[in-house]
Amino acid sequence: MNFVRNFFATRWGIISVGAFIGVFAPLLQKWGNPANMGICVACFERDIAGALGLHRAAVVQYMRPEIIGFVLGSLIAAYAFKEFRARAGSAPIVRFVLGAFAMIGALVFLGCPWRAVLRLAGGDGNAIFGLLGLIGGIWIGTLFLKGGYNLGRAQKTHASVGWLFPLTMIGFLVLMFIFPQIQGQERSGVLFYSIKGPGSTHAPLFVSLVIGLVIGFLAQRSRFCTMGAIRDFVLFRQSHLLLGFIALVVVAFIVNLILGQFNPGFAKLPVAHTMSLWNFVGMVLAGLAFCLAGGCPGRQLFLAGEGDGDSAVFVFGMIVGAGISHNFGLASSPEGVGPYGIPAVIIGLLVCLFIGFTMRKEVA
Amino acid sequence: MSAIVDARGLSCPQPVILTMNEIKKVKKGEIVVLVDTDTSKENVSRAATSQGWTLKGVEPEGTGYRISLSKD
Repeated sequence: MNFVRNFFATRWGIISVGAFIGVFAPLLQKWGNPANMGICVACFERDIAGALGLHRAAVVQYMRPEIIGFVLGSLIAAYAFKEFRARAGSAPIVRFVLGAFAMIGALVFLGCPWRAVLRLAGGDGNAIFGLLGLIGGIWIGTLFLKGGYNLGRAQKTHASVGWLFPLTMIGFLVLMFIFPQIQGQERSGVLFYSIKGPGSTHAPLFVSLVIGLVIGFLAQRSRFCTMGAIRDFVLFRQSHLLLGFIALVVVAFIVNLILGQFNPGFAKLPVAHTMSLWNFVGMVLAGLAFCLAGGCPGRQLFLAGEGDGDSAVFVFGMIVGAGISHNFGLASSPEGVGPYGIPAVIIGLLVCLFIGFTMRKEVA
Repeated sequence: MSAIVDARGLSCPQPVILTMNEIKKVKKGEIVVLVDTDTSKENVSRAATSQGWTLKGVEPEGTGYRISLSKD
């Protein structure tokens, strides 16, 4: 146990976790997940919002088992290594709002940091603008961090507070078993499914779930975080997390080459548009929101699995943000940005700046 | 007398930022950092040793850890 504990805290530990995701994300694609979207935390939470009917975009409705696996895998790791700590109360409303705007920004680009590098590893040149935006947003966030920005302290609390989010995920999984997908039908009981589009393409439930569980377990141990990778390098010149992120993109690129999934170009690529400026600005918003909230969307799920109620609120913010994005025409499509995507991104940036500038008091 | 950095309840990257600020302030001597998650314990230890500080010890305290750092 101690060897495992120590290994994942090392450089090779984080590299191996990034590499593991780099192998299995493209494989999930081969096994049925959407192209250039082996695992996208934002897209998959958006699909979950669709499965629950929080938005009714017919092409993106599926209760993604990977997300459920991430949370439960982290929960198992946290208990196995005695790290489960129920905690909450560090500016939850701020985290909710940051989660919602992070999702709105990510859906203008069409992907989270995970998918940004997976798109790049699949040859999608538009991802470069998204990644530059992500770095830009995180860089702005580090300026706030240097200026004393913080979310305040969380408090230790009842174990049940930490359990609510994992229990919600178990509930979602149970719903998938009670109301399984019916071929050619959009609805099964309380759940919505997609008949066409990215929501209809998915690996078999158990494959997605098991890979999600393993990634959740490994990521909890190694503290894998794509936003932290860039933030720590900008802020402290520390490359620990960055090595994991680089391992992900390099390995995913190699696996895509082997599987014949590398298709370089810009136009007409899967679930992507070519409006470079808004690919960039959308991810500036997402990167800034992730940085102000202290973790990438994957990391927020892993933290929620180990008992962090504030991260759970962030995830709920993202799921609600996805509902808002698709209900009000903020989300992009392969044709380009949605009718209200641009003003939403500008409002999001202003809200993030408001939060960044005003939450700078010394920690008591 | 060591300087004490209380990073309990603060989420990433605050414990590291507070520790680094203290390191810049005192330059050498002893610093005690209080954290309440294993992640913070690892991050603070990694950041401090990368700045040439020695990890003197990590002891459980309450529901978290007491990290002792020193530099001559």
